[in-house]
Amino acid sequence: MQTKRHRRPIRFASAAACLSLATSSLAQGKIPSTLSPASTSAHQIFDLSIFVITITGGIFLVVGSLLAITLFRFRERKSDLMTEPAQIYGSNQIELAWTVIPVLIVVVLFLTTARIIFAIQDAPKPAAALDVTAIGHQFWWEFRYPKYGVVTANELHIPVSPDSAPKPTFLKLTSGDVVHSFWIPQLAGKTDLIPNQVNTMWIDPKTAGLYLGQCAQFCGSQHAMMLLRVYVDSPEQFDAWIKNQQQPGRIEAQAIAGRKVFEKLACMNCHALSGTTATGRFGPDLTHLMSRATLASGAMDNTPENLRQWIKSPDTFKRGALMPAMQLNDEQLDQVTAYLETLK
Amino acid sequence: MSEYLLPVHEAVDQTIYETPRGTFLENLHGWVVTVDHKRLGILYILYSTFFLLVAGAEALLIRIQLAFPRSHVLSAQVYNRFFTMHGTTMVFLVGMPFVFGFANYIVPLQIGARDMAFPRLNAFTFWLTAFGGLLLYYSFLGGGGLYGVGNAPDVSWWAYAPLTERSFSPGHATDYWALALIVSGFGTLGTAVNIIATIISMRCPGMTLMRMPLFTWLLLVVSMLTLVTITPLTAAQLMLLIDRYLGGHFFDTQAGGSAQVWMHFFWIFGHPEVYVLVLPAFAIANEVIPVFCRKAIFGYPAMVAASVGIMFVSYSVWAHHMFTVGMTSVSNAFFTLSTMLVGVPTGIKIFNWIATLWGGRIRFTTPMLFCIAFLFQFVIAGLTGIMQSVAPWDWQLHNSYFVIAHFHYVLVGAIVFCIFAGIYFWYPKATGKLMNETLGKWHFWLFVIGFHITFDTMHFLGLLGMPRSIYTYQPDRGWNWLNFVVSVGGLIQGVAVLIFAYNLIRSYSQGEIAGDDPWDAWTLEWTTSSPPPVYNFEELPEVHSRRPLWDLKHPDDPDWEYEA
Repeated sequence: MQTKRHRRPIRFASAAACLSLATSSLAQGKIPSTLSPASTSAHQIFDLSIFVITITGGIFLVVGSLLAITLFRFRERKSDLMTEPAQIYGSNQIELAWTVIPVLIVVVLFLTTARIIFAIQDAPKPAAALDVTAIGHQFWWEFRYPKYGVVTANELHIPVSPDSAPKPTFLKLTSGDVVHSFWIPQLAGKTDLIPNQVNTMWIDPKTAGLYLGQCAQFCGSQHAMMLLRVYVDSPEQFDAWIKNQQQPGRIEAQAIAGRKVFEKLACMNCHALSGTTATGRFGPDLTHLMSRATLASGAMDNTPENLRQWIKSPDTFKRGALMPAMQLNDEQLDQVTAYLETLK
Repeated sequence: MSEYLLPVHEAVDQTIYETPRGTFLENLHGWVVTVDHKRLGILYILYSTFFLLVAGAEALLIRIQLAFPRSHVLSAQVYNRFFTMHGTTMVFLVGMPFVFGFANYIVPLQIGARDMAFPRLNAFTFWLTAFGGLLLYYSFLGGGGLYGVGNAPDVSWWAYAPLTERSFSPGHATDYWALALIVSGFGTLGTAVNIIATIISMRCPGMTLMRMPLFTWLLLVVSMLTLVTITPLTAAQLMLLIDRYLGGHFFDTQAGGSAQVWMHFFWIFGHPEVYVLVLPAFAIANEVIPVFCRKAIFGYPAMVAASVGIMFVSYSVWAHHMFTVGMTSVSNAFFTLSTMLVGVPTGIKIFNWIATLWGGRIRFTTPMLFCIAFLFQFVIAGLTGIMQSVAPWDWQLHNSYFVIAHFHYVLVGAIVFCIFAGIYFWYPKATGKLMNETLGKWHFWLFVIGFHITFDTMHFLGLLGMPRSIYTYQPDRGWNWLNFVVSVGGLIQGVAVLIFAYNLIRSYSQGEIAGDDPWDAWTLEWTTSSPPPVYNFEELPEVHSRRPLWDLKHPDDPDWEYEA
């Protein structure tokens, strides 16, 4: 066991280690690092980046040391004569050399890059692929699984896609308002969600687990709180999750009062909740709210206290979020919270 | 030709300059109504320096907010305003006026002219630029419109539509942003026309295009670039205002408009704009480096060709800002290639500077130190640029702190460093006093250390997945201590800039007398007195080579014997 005193340097060391591409601290999956890729395209990009770093690093070493040597060797010394150094106006041969060599480097870099661009962007879609539609909103994510009739928000569940039985997820991306960008660094590069336009991307995570990311295109006041979680499930977990999501919202006897409040007030203008009359689309689908670990697109953990405070005053957590404070009294707040808490 | 060579006192009324000592109001009036290119140049530089301090303060507030996770120093709304204003100010009210300030002051002197081609236009465009800046900052008072005061644009400096439409940005802050850039943009266009006309038609006898100092050459290229660059921005701003007030739907996606159209307009401005800002930095380095290593610039024709090459290539690279918007694979490949090609002319420049230094006798004065740091930093900035031109990698790096690090390496590491070099270099010409070297060295070393602490670290934050434009971040992402380091570096740079400002003021009254030619330099501006008289040159000089003062100082071994 470590005492608290000793943990600090360890944390620093682990952070340093992740910079040097060591993956010990990244394996936990908390840091959304581009340096610990976990899918095919992220791996291809990572390998390409190592190649590019090697070449550009080489260029830097050559040019940087040439410059440093020049500065040191030709610095002004006390012993220097006061006459001007020899004037040299240029040399066609040398200048041709340092034009041609960069051109050759560009050719190599370009061909390598082009191969990866086509490999990732134009990859064929296998029959087993899962389709998901992602829609960006100020400031949350809507995910739809058209084949399963499932709609959820902010926390995307997809199946793992091992090499033995590949099951990639193909995403269609669009936006309901302004431009957003979908970025899970460990799984793929980012793709923008643009209104009036459908973009596509695919991910095939090789290991199950939780992957973090967030909106990567400034989209308004709470852009920073448009967080994104991707749960990569084993096939069994994923099937179970889908099955649960397909159920209508639960009705439990002790939550009837809260449900009535929910249906009576304007909540249902914005939120859908299957099994009730609420079909609004401006806010996240609440049918299985309790199956999500966070609220308000990751702004806080999904606990009863947070949920109650969020309904009471969204500004506490996320000032600028489009959900208004509904001015519920304490009793109504308790009832609605209790009802939402049953939506597993 | 003979009429040009008349003794100057017959041609120019000297009385204005002979009576500089008046009351404060008379002096102020003199500065406001001036059409003298040198005074306007100084006004530009003072204006930019003022906004450098303002936007620098905004940057420090941003960094204080980001020093710790989930911090509440600034609210989301205030943070968004500050990063929007920081970016807009630094590009339009600091970078551009610095460029045109230097151009105004130096170009006529370097080509042996008495003023710019259109002195009144020159004054007019300065005041347009200046009032454009005031209009932008007036949004802090008037931007709220009916929604309450204390507002400012909060749509980011690239202002992607449809976030700027009225449904998402009510109030007037976005209008002030668009109008300010239209007004200052017209100022910039006028100045560019003026510089082109001056350089084409006002050169002194003997100064052919290929005998122009490289500074002037690059400013000619920059001005031509500006004409094509600012225009699409102005057009886009007008379309935005039409959308906002006249029921247009250019970018209004809810009515079938296109968000991507704005991006194309903005980046076909935005990328050449980088070269509008960085070529003047090269221009300054082209003057400072030869003087302090005591050698002629290596490969002058190649330097000219590389600059013109950069100008043309820069028009074809804009969509490398848009690798993530869903372009086809072929488009992505095209913009990868065109972007990588920028590396070739830029590489030529770097190698030519090293070859200039090679065999020289390098004096490490403050302006030279800034230029040397610029060389190292620009190599790094260029190489991280190559990294981002690799479209697949850019899908990761785009909009992350890696990008922030990269373009600050260009905008600060190259441009601001060269601006400082230029100020230390030409301050004695403009004021007659040398800037204090001890304070200069303090400024340099603190700034260079702070710069690297801040911007080197930001690269790693980007690789670790931190996106830009976020007012706060979660404590569990592994970004905490890196962000703290970045903020510390920012504060160090802030201290350095304050030392610079102090040096600027102090040297004016207490600096050493500079004399006409304190650096033993070679271009025409050093032949006249410091500060130069209103008419610049008593007699129009006649030149025979790229370094007229070298010829004068070394009559036995003049340049024109060697220049092709």
